[in-house]
Amino acid sequence: MLSRTASSLYWLGRYIERADFAARLVEATIRLDALSPSPAGVAAWRSALSVTYSDKAFAATEREVTAASVTRFLTTDTGNHGSIAACLDQARNNAKAVRTALTRDAWTAINRAWLIFNARGRPASTMAPLTLVEAVKAETRGFEGATHWMMRNQATWFIRLGAAIERADNTARLLDVKYHLLLPKGEQVGGTVDRDQWTTILQVVSAVTAYRWMYSEGLKPSLVIDLLTTRFELPRSLAGSVEEVVEVMTLLGKRTGLHGEADRMARARLTTMQRTRSHDVIVKGLHQYLNAFIRENELLHAAIARQFRFT
Amino acid sequence: MLSGGAFDEIWGAGGPGHVRPEFAALGRWLDETPPAEFGRRLEAAEATFRQLGITFAVYGDADAAERIIPFDIVPRVFTANEWAGLSDGLVQRVGAINAFLDDIYGEREILRAGVLPPDLIFQNPQFRPEIAGARPPHGIWAHICGIDCVRTGPDEFYVLEDNARTPSGVSYMLENREAMIRLCPELFREFRVAAVDSYPDMLLETMRSVAPSGAGQSPVCVVLTPGHFNSAYYEHSFLADSMGVELVEAADLVVDDDIVWMRTIGGRVKVDVIYRRIDDDYLDPLVFRPDSLLGVPGLISAYRAGNVALINAPGNGIADDKAIYSYMPEIVRFYSGADAKLPNVQTFRCREPVALKYVLDHLGELVVKLVDGSGGYGMLVGPTASRAEIEEFRAALIAAPERYIAQPTLALSTVPTVTEAGLAPRHVDFRPFVLTGRNFTRVVPGGLTRVALKEGSLVVNSSQGGGTKDSFVLMPDAPGGPGQSQAQTQGQER
Repeated sequence: MLSRTASSLYWLGRYIERADFAARLVEATIRLDALSPSPAGVAAWRSALSVTYSDKAFAATEREVTAASVTRFLTTDTGNHGSIAACLDQARNNAKAVRTALTRDAWTAINRAWLIFNARGRPASTMAPLTLVEAVKAETRGFEGATHWMMRNQATWFIRLGAAIERADNTARLLDVKYHLLLPKGEQVGGTVDRDQWTTILQVVSAVTAYRWMYSEGLKPSLVIDLLTTRFELPRSLAGSVEEVVEVMTLLGKRTGLHGEADRMARARLTTMQRTRSHDVIVKGLHQYLNAFIRENELLHAAIARQFRFT
Repeated sequence: MLSGGAFDEIWGAGGPGHVRPEFAALGRWLDETPPAEFGRRLEAAEATFRQLGITFAVYGDADAAERIIPFDIVPRVFTANEWAGLSDGLVQRVGAINAFLDDIYGEREILRAGVLPPDLIFQNPQFRPEIAGARPPHGIWAHICGIDCVRTGPDEFYVLEDNARTPSGVSYMLENREAMIRLCPELFREFRVAAVDSYPDMLLETMRSVAPSGAGQSPVCVVLTPGHFNSAYYEHSFLADSMGVELVEAADLVVDDDIVWMRTIGGRVKVDVIYRRIDDDYLDPLVFRPDSLLGVPGLISAYRAGNVALINAPGNGIADDKAIYSYMPEIVRFYSGADAKLPNVQTFRCREPVALKYVLDHLGELVVKLVDGSGGYGMLVGPTASRAEIEEFRAALIAAPERYIAQPTLALSTVPTVTEAGLAPRHVDFRPFVLTGRNFTRVVPGGLTRVALKEGSLVVNSSQGGGTKDSFVLMPDAPGGPGQSQAQTQGQER
């Protein structure tokens, strides 16, 4: 496979995952906003901006933080590199460059998602935000479904690899935002708003039901952290993403005969993860742990790019 | 310009309601399908094309960076007999084009025989002295030709233009057929239409057949594209995809010691055959334009060393040049020993005094073209030109007659087309595709029909509001009928 193709497929996987995550985040924030008294509502939208690292970019627009302005910024605003529209645009550009490596189904899924934002006259901008994010999630699911039926070869694995690396990053950032998300004055840790915030985080990663299955106790922040960091059963947890990276790299190595630094790093990270207990993470500081994880994820990304000669 | 009275492919000379007897079934279909139903199906086709991203980019037009070429649902139909005649002529013509290229960059016997004036070659910007003496693997130059044809009457087919460089449009031939099968399946029950979907296989076979002798059992074939901003990128990716070969950009290739390699995740892989969709000028900055970023430095050197086959060969532009075109009948006769089965449109070479006099006397009836012009520039369309324009061209012709050719305005045939006012005749042309490999020349039974959607217009160009139609080639029904064995391809094995 061409190095350029591998790189485009990998980034395609990342951007689709990023678009999907942004959609989930908007959906969850709308809910959090609706459930909370107004100051917490604004805080929710601020947190959505900081999860996507776009608070500065938003500030530069000089708009007020409101549900409408942030929703627009995170969904249809192509000036925002992290918006759903911008991610889908990037995903489609990468897909176009590697069309030959995709099935018709996979390509059409991406193109359809992109059309939601780019069809003549941008009808998407008039769609209700919830309908819009529902549509985006449906289309990205459609893409995942289509890749599932692609040949089990490098093309599929590079897409999955990009998605897994991106997912690890997204989940870590999502958890970290709870650290920054201040409770409104007068609210207690463990109070209604606090619970809503944790539930929302679960919701973003489609894990509300998973939580009920895993833990007999009611909602407890330490258990949410447990689920999202060290539980391999949850595909979007840090552990789940770390394991997925190793699985995909093993498949790639078997087929291409290419092993290297990235494989070693990925395996080492998995071994560490298997020994990690969420209790220790909380005791030593979740924020510090997550920052280290995000940095490690970046280093792994760079090693992958070197190993497969991305251009 | 010339609308009324033109021959209609379906309706014949009789006009709407008088279907040619061969197409009675199609006539019934046209009569019985409600206009609104045509509209619905066209909308469905457009939605599909947009969803698949079957688009072409229009340069410098930000609003319409990606456009769909309008598609019309009424097919153009060739009877088996018409097709047999046409494809015979195409095979003969492409054979002559290949022989001509091999000769002109080699022994130049045609010049020694005095058939062509030498300055027509040596002063022609399409002639590539850089290539002279470099023979492509197996002596094949024009592997893929798109020969633009027009029709003016029941038995009158003419070649309008030879495209021997990088003819495009074959993806539309294939996608239009897909659309028709989905939208109008009843037509395929009515007619036995020859399949076009074997084209990618034929193309790959053609590529593999011309691999350099050192390539081994499984030559590595690739499609070289300028990238996804190119207007024909969809086609490039479509072809690579359907052949199962890599679609590469120049940056993916590197030439080392006259060997072409592509950069892969596992390191370098040797490349044997390149279907390049980049013009000569941009192919190799060391030989052609040094400012080009699209090219692969050293590619021509590797080609000269016989280590890689380029499809089509560089230097082919000399064969489809307008000045050379006018000599095609002589060129065909010189190499095949027979008269051309497919005539040219009558062409006056203004460099010849007798022709010049005729042209000057009939400027108001003729189309005058610069031999090195294209895209409608440097052109006089006599019947619609003003007196001042005619006089301007008269002066230019007298000053430099060798720069011009002239042709009569043709009554292009029409095909019924869905318009807002119902079915109406619209002018069409036709681009069939001819593949030449090591031992064969084949015509795909189909092609690209381009249609001028504006009433009376003869402009079929896609960037000027032209659309496309599917082109049906009917299978011969009678046992032992002409071309009984041509189910997949037509042509001759050499």
